[in-house]
Amino acid sequence: MIKNDINKLRGKTAVVGLAESGCGIAEGWSAMEIMANSVHDALDDAGIKLSEVDGVFAATAFHSMAAMSLSEYLGIKPKFADGSQIGGSSFLSHILTAAMALDAGLINVAVIAYGSNQKSIGGFKTISEAMPYEAQYEPRMPVTAYALAAKRYMYEFGATREDLANIAVSARDWALLNPRAYTHNDGPLTVNDVLSARPIVDPLGKLDCCLVTDGGAAIVMTRSDRAKDTKNTPIFMLGAAMEHHHRMVSEMPDLVRTSAIDSGKRAFEMSGYLPNDMDTIQLYDAFTINTLLFLEDLGFCKKGEARDLVNNNNIGPSGNLKVNTNGGGLSCVHPGMYGLFVTLEALRQLRNSSGDNVGARSDGGWIEKAKLSVAHGNGGVLSSQVTNIWGTAETI
Amino acid sequence: MPENLTSSIGPEQQFKNYLDEGKFMIQRSKSLKKFFFHPRVAFPGTGERDLEWVEVSGNGVVYSTTCNRRLPEKGGDFNLSLITLDEGPKIMSRVEGIDPDKVEIGQKVKARISSLNGEPAVIFDVL
Repeated sequence: MIKNDINKLRGKTAVVGLAESGCGIAEGWSAMEIMANSVHDALDDAGIKLSEVDGVFAATAFHSMAAMSLSEYLGIKPKFADGSQIGGSSFLSHILTAAMALDAGLINVAVIAYGSNQKSIGGFKTISEAMPYEAQYEPRMPVTAYALAAKRYMYEFGATREDLANIAVSARDWALLNPRAYTHNDGPLTVNDVLSARPIVDPLGKLDCCLVTDGGAAIVMTRSDRAKDTKNTPIFMLGAAMEHHHRMVSEMPDLVRTSAIDSGKRAFEMSGYLPNDMDTIQLYDAFTINTLLFLEDLGFCKKGEARDLVNNNNIGPSGNLKVNTNGGGLSCVHPGMYGLFVTLEALRQLRNSSGDNVGARSDGGWIEKAKLSVAHGNGGVLSSQVTNIWGTAETI
Repeated sequence: MPENLTSSIGPEQQFKNYLDEGKFMIQRSKSLKKFFFHPRVAFPGTGERDLEWVEVSGNGVVYSTTCNRRLPEKGGDFNLSLITLDEGPKIMSRVEGIDPDKVEIGQKVKARISSLNGEPAVIFDVL
């Protein structure tokens, strides 16, 4: 462990409650209902009353002013709210903002929430405006952007579609251990399954792309001193950092290097830990290429070498790196903005190893003695990158 | 001219107007002598406002490329690429005159002004 006395936010706040609801298909439920249901479940998990919530953080693809709409629905008057929308990573940035507001004493209890019923109402939902200078060419966003990155990655480093397929295979293997995963009963994938799936935007086929599901999630955050009195084991925020440099993929300076290089570096610095200290690694895998890029950019290997890290199911349940242990966006759940589910899995692994009952998994689905998790969020088209480091009390 | 604006129309409309006139023009900072794309009111990152429009050579290289699969009745598969212009900036476009899945990274391409959905558009051909 590296000594680090610089950042005052380290260890000052904790997540004390979490929940998901409506994951999979939630026909007959609205995005708001799913989101609010998650908030109430997360507060029950924390043992904190709704009336104590004075900070509200939310983003969805259904609400232009999500934090305000959610507060109204819950019937509360927050002292601080943030509805920043930077795509799927929004919630990991809300965590940083919530930690700042809690630490500053502006609020005492924050909820961070998300909800979507995209699958029930017809498929991938976005409120993104058309991109000037791109829309005319009719890219199929976001998949075209990720395909452009994948193609360039393969060109620069000699990676193959098989390398990408390995990632989908491992994600499915994790999902088979997780009864909450949408594909839990679908059986394993082979590399050939992935290669022969319907092509979407070359070089990405259907099984290189995330699921399209419904679902909502919420977490409850408070200051570490208050966290000691709550119902379940608090998990402490040790580091958080964000960066972005483009909105349109045509403006991405380098298709094979993301801002995770910088968000990861600063988040790990704040935490005082190194990538290899992480017991679980939760990455925003909207597409197979994401996992390769983020393993490299967060520092688990050098640029261009992640293909060696992911072969032989090394990121699956039997491997050395515990990556996307819920099954990921590829095989567990993806309601359109996956960030809060990355966070939930990072936290659940640490709570399970602390003795909390956070659900059943088949053997190998829970990482024994896990004390540290990295949660990495991605938004837009490899645009916004936000890294959070979580730890149990003994890691502070 | 509108108050506090530097010209009668913004750079996005100016870019489109040039395309209507058959010209592929991008901006350059006079002091930096550097080009950028997409069109803006100032140089990205450093804010220089001494901008001029320059007609580009139209020469470029494929930086990355994809074949977007689409049902034949909806128009069929099409290419979508990022092109690095010889002047430096990158631009999203399509490479045509070749099967959409046969375009390769590193290929030299040349721009022409065509149209997509009734609007003028910069399209590239393999050299």
